[in-house]
Amino acid sequence: MTDQSKPAIQFENVSRHFGAVKAVDHADIEIHDGEFFSLLGPSGSGKTTCLRMIAGFDKPTEGRIYLYGQDVSDLPPFERNVNTVFQDYALFPHMNVGDNIAYGLMVKGVSKPERLKRVDEILDLVQLKGYGDRKPSQLSGGQRQRVALARALINHPKVLLLDEPLGALDLKLRQQMQVELKAIQQRVGITFIFVTHDQEEALTMSDRIALFNQGRIEQVGSPSEIYEHPASAFVAGFVGTSNLISGELAKRVSGKMGTFSIRPEKIHLGSVDVNVSPDSYSADGVVRDVIYLGLYTRYLVQLDGGGEVMVIEQNLKTTSMDVLKIKGQRARLHWKKEHTHEVGG
Amino acid sequence: MPSKSYSGQRASWGLKLASVAALLFLHVPILIIFLYTLTPDEQTFTFPLPGITFKWFGVALQRPDLWRALTLSLQVAAVATLAALVLGTLAAAAVYRSNFFGREAISFLLVLPIALPGIVTGIALRTALGTYDISFSYWTIVIGHATFCVVVVYNNVLARFRRMQGSQIEASMDLGANSFQTFRYVVFPNIATALLAGGMLAFALSFDEVIVTTFTAGQQTTLPIWIFSQLSRPRDRPVTNVVAILVVLITFFPIFFAQRLSAQNSDIEGGSK
Repeated sequence: MTDQSKPAIQFENVSRHFGAVKAVDHADIEIHDGEFFSLLGPSGSGKTTCLRMIAGFDKPTEGRIYLYGQDVSDLPPFERNVNTVFQDYALFPHMNVGDNIAYGLMVKGVSKPERLKRVDEILDLVQLKGYGDRKPSQLSGGQRQRVALARALINHPKVLLLDEPLGALDLKLRQQMQVELKAIQQRVGITFIFVTHDQEEALTMSDRIALFNQGRIEQVGSPSEIYEHPASAFVAGFVGTSNLISGELAKRVSGKMGTFSIRPEKIHLGSVDVNVSPDSYSADGVVRDVIYLGLYTRYLVQLDGGGEVMVIEQNLKTTSMDVLKIKGQRARLHWKKEHTHEVGG
Repeated sequence: MPSKSYSGQRASWGLKLASVAALLFLHVPILIIFLYTLTPDEQTFTFPLPGITFKWFGVALQRPDLWRALTLSLQVAAVATLAALVLGTLAAAAVYRSNFFGREAISFLLVLPIALPGIVTGIALRTALGTYDISFSYWTIVIGHATFCVVVVYNNVLARFRRMQGSQIEASMDLGANSFQTFRYVVFPNIATALLAGGMLAFALSFDEVIVTTFTAGQQTTLPIWIFSQLSRPRDRPVTNVVAILVVLITFFPIFFAQRLSAQNSDIEGGSK
């Protein structure tokens, strides 16, 4: 029924409407075998609904979903070979860690010795050796997270779904788990579909990202494609920070009408007498604010033609005393033409 | 008034006195009943007792009408509780799990019988039974009792469902368990103590019910009705007292354990988050 040469998950014109609300609207996605794929977007953008439709908790109003070529649109959750790591972990509080992890095997009728053996192996993988007899309530947030991951992975799902699994962890643990998750994914070779609203998390871990906005997919691409060639003003603004220039200002700077995005770190701040090379654009203005952040400094520059842009420069040679002096002075901004991206009207 | 912190402070003597008075008010009458099971004087309440005897326990044990009433009451309570467990759990699951038109109304209608005076429920049932020409029997008593037993189970189970952590049901299905397995391994362990507590409470309620029973029983006499009818027979008063103590004991233990279970469980749930 399933065909390894087909995409792991394929959305064919999928929509999910709740009354008048279009949670997902005509989505087409293709997720490849073995990929770490992120569904990124603000809350309410439809990414979790997509995940729930893959898991089988929700059915598309329209369109089909294929798992390795098999149409799973109408199958109940327990008849599709995908597993989920829930945002709240959803561990069973009345079972110990070992029984939680073995649950999927138990309901499928795998023998007890086999279950114990596989639980031991998987506890090793998630670095929880010896925790099998504990109750979930005796574990820390990070440990529960690992148990939830182990409980899903032990079933060797064709696709693993992760619903903002790191949302409840503090920053340090989160960054550690990001690295670990990626390492585990590469080790087991299973397709991971990861839902997050944290663009940095998505950029860190993903092979490819689908960016959602109001039920629609704005762009699908690798982290670098999405960052460097945002397809729309929304993408440019959601992933990293971006300066958008449009209208008269755009015409004056680049000679064309339209909306353009420039990343703040691509812009250089110079004195007004600096010569700009022909492969760059430039604009003059007044430095309105200087925010010193240790590693780098953020400048807000009021352009002469109206509009404000943000510039980020690393403090490679400058100190806080140096950069703060620039506040209130006139400056010339310049950046390479190739770093200017048209993001539509 | 000077403000005091309540935590860790000893109660004032006024509060202690009031508590003791309230407890005495509630429980002394039961002690009096127990006391008069021991009197050799079978007609009047005299104090101090003219003597002490245990013969009424023996007399009570040999009364076949008493045994019939006790057996009937236990049977009715058991069947009504069983029906309440099944129906109450199903209703709670429906109200918790799905969102349908009229859900709030159904929830309200389910809880209503416990708030409604028993006499109204009784009259309503009697009229309904009369309209459809259903003759009074053991089953009509069970139906009458089930009306309020279902509520107790429903309330307990629904409260437990609402306290259930996270997406456990979805997690179970996701891991390959079908609906039956999900109920067996995830839902049932979560609601088991609520079922036990609700069931015991329902049993106790049914066991000492008088009002609804008077309207739905035919010739049959449940234990509370038997006691009620004994009031007009002064000669048997000590026997009635013995039976009353029996009823206290039979209802005491279920309620005691039901309360222990609820308390224990809230501790567990409080500790796990």
